[in-house]
Amino acid sequence: MRRYLNMLRHFWATSLAAEMEYRLNFAVAAATATLGLIGSLFGLWLFFSRGGTLGGWTWDQSLVVMGIFTVLEGVSATLLTPNLGRLVSHVRTGTLDFVLLKPIDSQFWLSTRYFSPGGLPDVAFGVIVTGVAAWRLGLEPVNMLLSLAPLATACVVLYSLWFLLATTGIWFVKIYNATEVLRSLLESGRFPSSAYPAAWRFAFTFILPVAFMTTVPARVMLGRGGAAWPIASLGVAVVLFACSRLFWRFALRYYTSASS
Amino acid sequence: MIAARDLAKSYRTAAKEPGFYGTLRHFFHRRYRSIDAVKGISFSIEPGEIVGFLGPNGAGKTTALKMLTGLIHPTAGSVQVAGHTPFSREHAFLRRITLVMGQKQQLIWDLPVLDSLRINAAVYDIEPAEAKNRVEELSRMLGLKEQLTQPVRKLSLGERMKAELMASLLHRPEVLFLDEPTLGLDVNAQAAVRKFLLEYNALYGATILLTSHYMADIVALCKRVMMIHEGRLIYDGSLDAVLERFAPYREVKLELKQEARAEDLRSFGEVESVDGREARLIVRRDDLTQTLERLLGTLEIVDLTVSDPPIERVIGKIFHDGASAVPKTELAATPT
Repeated sequence: MRRYLNMLRHFWATSLAAEMEYRLNFAVAAATATLGLIGSLFGLWLFFSRGGTLGGWTWDQSLVVMGIFTVLEGVSATLLTPNLGRLVSHVRTGTLDFVLLKPIDSQFWLSTRYFSPGGLPDVAFGVIVTGVAAWRLGLEPVNMLLSLAPLATACVVLYSLWFLLATTGIWFVKIYNATEVLRSLLESGRFPSSAYPAAWRFAFTFILPVAFMTTVPARVMLGRGGAAWPIASLGVAVVLFACSRLFWRFALRYYTSASS
Repeated sequence: MIAARDLAKSYRTAAKEPGFYGTLRHFFHRRYRSIDAVKGISFSIEPGEIVGFLGPNGAGKTTALKMLTGLIHPTAGSVQVAGHTPFSREHAFLRRITLVMGQKQQLIWDLPVLDSLRINAAVYDIEPAEAKNRVEELSRMLGLKEQLTQPVRKLSLGERMKAELMASLLHRPEVLFLDEPTLGLDVNAQAAVRKFLLEYNALYGATILLTSHYMADIVALCKRVMMIHEGRLIYDGSLDAVLERFAPYREVKLELKQEARAEDLRSFGEVESVDGREARLIVRRDDLTQTLERLLGTLEIVDLTVSDPPIERVIGKIFHDGASAVPKTELAATPT
C-alpha cells in the first residue's frame, strides 16, 4: 500500500511537470471548462426562467445535480481521459509490454499513471455551483458530507465503465468511437434522471448507470429519500469495479497470446 | 539460468487480399491462417553467459524473447527463467529480468531522464538513497551526465538508448533480454553500448541474451550464438566454431609485382576482386597450403595475407542456404 501511494506521488508529480512544459495548453483547458459551465448554466436558466420544473426538481436543486455532474466531468478529464485514452495506443505501439513487465498491478499503472490538471477547473467550478445552490437551499451540512460517499461510488462507477470499454481496445485496436458514445451518454447525467421520459430513465438507471452517478449524490445532499439508493449505488460500484478487473485479466490473456 | 524445452508458438493472423475488393472481403469475412513462429526450440543458458540470438527478420527471435520474458504464452513446450515460469509474470520474477527494445522506449518524452528513473525507482521499490547511488554508477559507466537533466526529446538517439538502458537496469536485473539494443546508433554509440554491457555483465554476473543485426555487436559480446531460421534452432555453439564449421574457406589477399589479370588467378581459387596490383581470392581451407605454394611458385608476389572471410558473409550464407546447410550432427551436439 505504501509502495503504491509512493508510486502515485511520483506518477502525478511527473505528469504535472510534463503538462507544465506546455503552459498555453493549461490556460486553454481552464478557459474551455469555464465556457462549458456557462453554457449549461445558461441552458438551465432558460428553462427555469419560464417557470418550469424538471421532473419535480427546482432550479436550485437542479443546480446541485449539475454541480455534481461538473465535478465528475472534471475528475474524468483529470484522470480517466488521460489514462484510459492511452490504453489503445499502448496496445497499438506495443508499449503495453513495458507495463506488463513491471512488478506492479498493470491495471493500477494504466489507470493512474497520468494526471492532467486540465480538469481541475471543472472540479472547482462544480464544487462552487453545488456549494452556492446548497447555501441558497439552506441544506444540512451533515447531508452535504454524507453525499461525498455516493459521489465517491459515482467516480468508481464511471471509472469502471470507462475501463471496461477501453479494455476492448485489446481486440478492437481502434475504439475511439466507442469511448465517444460513452461520453455523450454521460452527458445525460447533467440533469436529474427524473427529468427524462420513463424509458430513458430506465436506461440511465439500469443499462448505463448514469443516474447513480449524479442523481443519487444529489438526492443525499438534498435529504431526499432513504438509504436504499445510496446502498444500491455502492453495490453497483463494487460489481462494476470487480467486472473491470476480471475483464482486464481476461483481455490480457488474449493480448499476450496473440501478439507477436 | 534459462532453460527452454521444445518451446513453440503459433498464432492466428488475418489474411487480407490487396485492393478494395480484398478490403471488403476482409471486413465481412475474415480468413485466418495459422503461423508457426517458433517450432520447438530447446536450449539452456548458464548464469553470466552472454548469448547472441541470430536470425533473419521474421525468423522468430522476437517471439522467442517474448515467451522468455512472459509476454506471450507458449503454444507448446516449457521454459524456466531464473527459476520461474515466465508467463505467470510473478513480481518476484519481473524484478529479476529486464527487456530492452531498440525500437520502443519507456522514457517520458517531455521530461528529463531523471524523472523516468525516479518513477522506476518507485515501481521497483528502491530506496531514494540507493537509487541515487545506482543512477550515479550507471551514468558513470554509460558516460551520461548533464544529459540526465535534459528532456528526453532533446537527446540524440545514442544518448536516448543509453538512458533507456539506465531505466531498464536500475533494478539490477540478473537476466537481460536485449532486442536490437544498438539499432540505428552510430559506430561510436554502438561501441559505447557494447562496452557498457560487458562491464555490467562482469560487475553483476548478469546473464544476457541479445539479438542484433550488427555482427560487430555479436563478435564483441558473445562467445556463444544461437541461430534461428524459420522458427527452428539451426545452430547453438561457439562463435568461433561457426567460422570453422560453416566457413571452410580462407580469404587470400595478394599484392603482385605487376598488374594482375583475373584470368591468370582463376586456376587458384574463386577470384573475389582484382584492383591494379592487388587481388583477393577465396580458397578452400583444405587446399590452402598447396594453393599458396603454387601461387608463390608461379607469380611474383610482393605481399600475401590469409584471413577469415568477414563474419557477416558467413552468417548471411548460412541463413541464405537455410537449415539444410547444417549437418544433422551439429544439431545433436549443442555445446554450451
